[in-house]
Amino acid sequence: MGPAMENRPDASQADTSAEPAVEIVGLHKWYGDFHVLRDINLTVARGERIVICGPSGGGKSTLLRCINRLENWQRGRVVVDGIELTDDPKHIVAVRRDVGMVFQHFNLFPHLTVLENCTLAPIWVRHMPKKDAEALAMRYLTRVKIPEQAQKYPARLSGGQQQRVAIARALCMSPNIMLFDEPTSALDPEMVKEVLDTMVELANDGITMLVVSHEMGFAREVADRVIFMADGQIVEVNEPKTFFAQPRHERTKLFLQQVLR
Amino acid sequence: MTAMTERTYLRTVPADPLPPPEQRAGRIGWLRENLFSSPGNIALTLICILFIAWALPPLLRFFVFDAVWSGSDRQACLSSPQLPEPGACWAFVRVWFSYFVYGFYPIAQHWRVDVFFLALACGIGWLAWLSAPRRGIGAVYFFIVLPVLSYVFLRGAPTLGLAEVPTALWGGILVTIVVATVGIVVSLPLGILLALARRSDIPVVRLFAVTFIEFVRGVPLITVLFMASVMLPLFVPERLSPDKLVRALIGVALFASAYMAEVVRGGLAAVPRGQYEAAQALGLPHWRMMALIVLPQALRVTLPNIVNTFIGLFKDTTLVFIVGIFDFLRTIEAARADPHWATPVTSATGYAFAALFYFICCYGMSRYARRVETRLARAHRR
Repeated sequence: MGPAMENRPDASQADTSAEPAVEIVGLHKWYGDFHVLRDINLTVARGERIVICGPSGGGKSTLLRCINRLENWQRGRVVVDGIELTDDPKHIVAVRRDVGMVFQHFNLFPHLTVLENCTLAPIWVRHMPKKDAEALAMRYLTRVKIPEQAQKYPARLSGGQQQRVAIARALCMSPNIMLFDEPTSALDPEMVKEVLDTMVELANDGITMLVVSHEMGFAREVADRVIFMADGQIVEVNEPKTFFAQPRHERTKLFLQQVLR
Repeated sequence: MTAMTERTYLRTVPADPLPPPEQRAGRIGWLRENLFSSPGNIALTLICILFIAWALPPLLRFFVFDAVWSGSDRQACLSSPQLPEPGACWAFVRVWFSYFVYGFYPIAQHWRVDVFFLALACGIGWLAWLSAPRRGIGAVYFFIVLPVLSYVFLRGAPTLGLAEVPTALWGGILVTIVVATVGIVVSLPLGILLALARRSDIPVVRLFAVTFIEFVRGVPLITVLFMASVMLPLFVPERLSPDKLVRALIGVALFASAYMAEVVRGGLAAVPRGQYEAAQALGLPHWRMMALIVLPQALRVTLPNIVNTFIGLFKDTTLVFIVGIFDFLRTIEAARADPHWATPVTSATGYAFAALFYFICCYGMSRYARRVETRLARAHRR
């Protein structure tokens, strides 16, 4: 990844087959004096599905948010889709167009209808005609199984429905990579399944996914690799089978005992 | 004992929904509930009734029953055998009405002011009617086309065949409306810009915004007006110096903008962090995010405060008289000194008329804001 990369802010022109989807090298981040991320190194291949778990305050969400530069860092490199994230706003916008994100608290736009939530970015970022954007949005809303809610405002929807709208909204930008930041932790128990089902379907389509989650069943079912983070470090990485059956580190064992009970 | 044993903690039969207990019916029920529910409440109700009984009849007598509605000079409003204690002298208002509305604007040109009022009313109606068609064009009309055309139209353009009317001749409600409208039309966009600048990442921009806002807020409007009308000519060469009314307009507009900026800032602070993040994650550039996501929510939250500022501004326009501009209140001041109408009730009538005018305008704004609020609140729960 030499300087040549930096001249390619548009990922669609990049050679997408060979290079990894995300490459993180020697990443350090501090909040004031607090060292949140300590020397993170991670390479995510295209189509790979990764679940990140670990105790709260361990830096999982922060790491995820570095990938679309919602968080800044002090040392290290992050290359997404062949574009190195620098202070250059062009690079940042180019990465964000390619990376969809789903938040813990959905963050739907309350003053826009479900449909408008979904068409906003295609219209204003991709400059798509309104008609096409609406057709696209309806396609994804159908995929997450709530096309009939399109004209409603988000406040009228249940938590599970809102999160599915949020997923559809992210998909409308046709991202290569999807980030999920604890997508089910704000949901009532009976709604967790509908969101996880949507995510499993998505995973089966082969999109690159990074999911911060405590849903160990989901990790077991779809993850290619499970990452355990604690104290700002990646403590353990393994494929799910080994990860759950033979965790190597004490911290991992302790954590798994607590969540798997 | 048998009743006790029949009561079980687990239901064996499903509980059917029951209608709610009957409300205490009708008007009597409402009165009991709201006015006579407790001894304290009863006392308060009685005190209020007594107060109204004491205050209302004399007011009605003065302003309506014993008021003089027509006449051509003070004789009509002086005490006479038929009317030993005359009430408000509305005849005075009728005679001077045209002056109250137009000031010294030439009588032959009054139609131009009427056209302006009509055009303004159309603009306000277009924007105020929430489901009106093409409100975007309405906004352009109201915020750009109308101010420019109105100025040319009222001021006059000899090339277009409109006689020139210097702003020194403008007066009355015309001036009040012009000052208030310019204040509102300028302060909202400028206040938004200042509020955004105050939250900017660029220190110079932020410093400028903070300095401007804090300076203007720390100075009384009268001082701003004096500075605009007295100090500006010291710095700007005479022939470039804008006329008196325009100087006052600039002063009022800047003053209102500083207050509006603080109001908008409060609204911006109410938009959750997650909204910014969601917009950024979708790749929306900064200004798009502000225009499409943040500002619509911020302005909605703070709408009551915005209208509150507008109402304050509308009433503050009366202060322009201090730099010699004949606003509505000043025309009443001038008229009540007219010896042809010198009666004991002339001043009271004039001020009552002014109060009525300001009340109707401000109450209208506040009612409108209430309606928009409830409508927006409902829309988001659809």
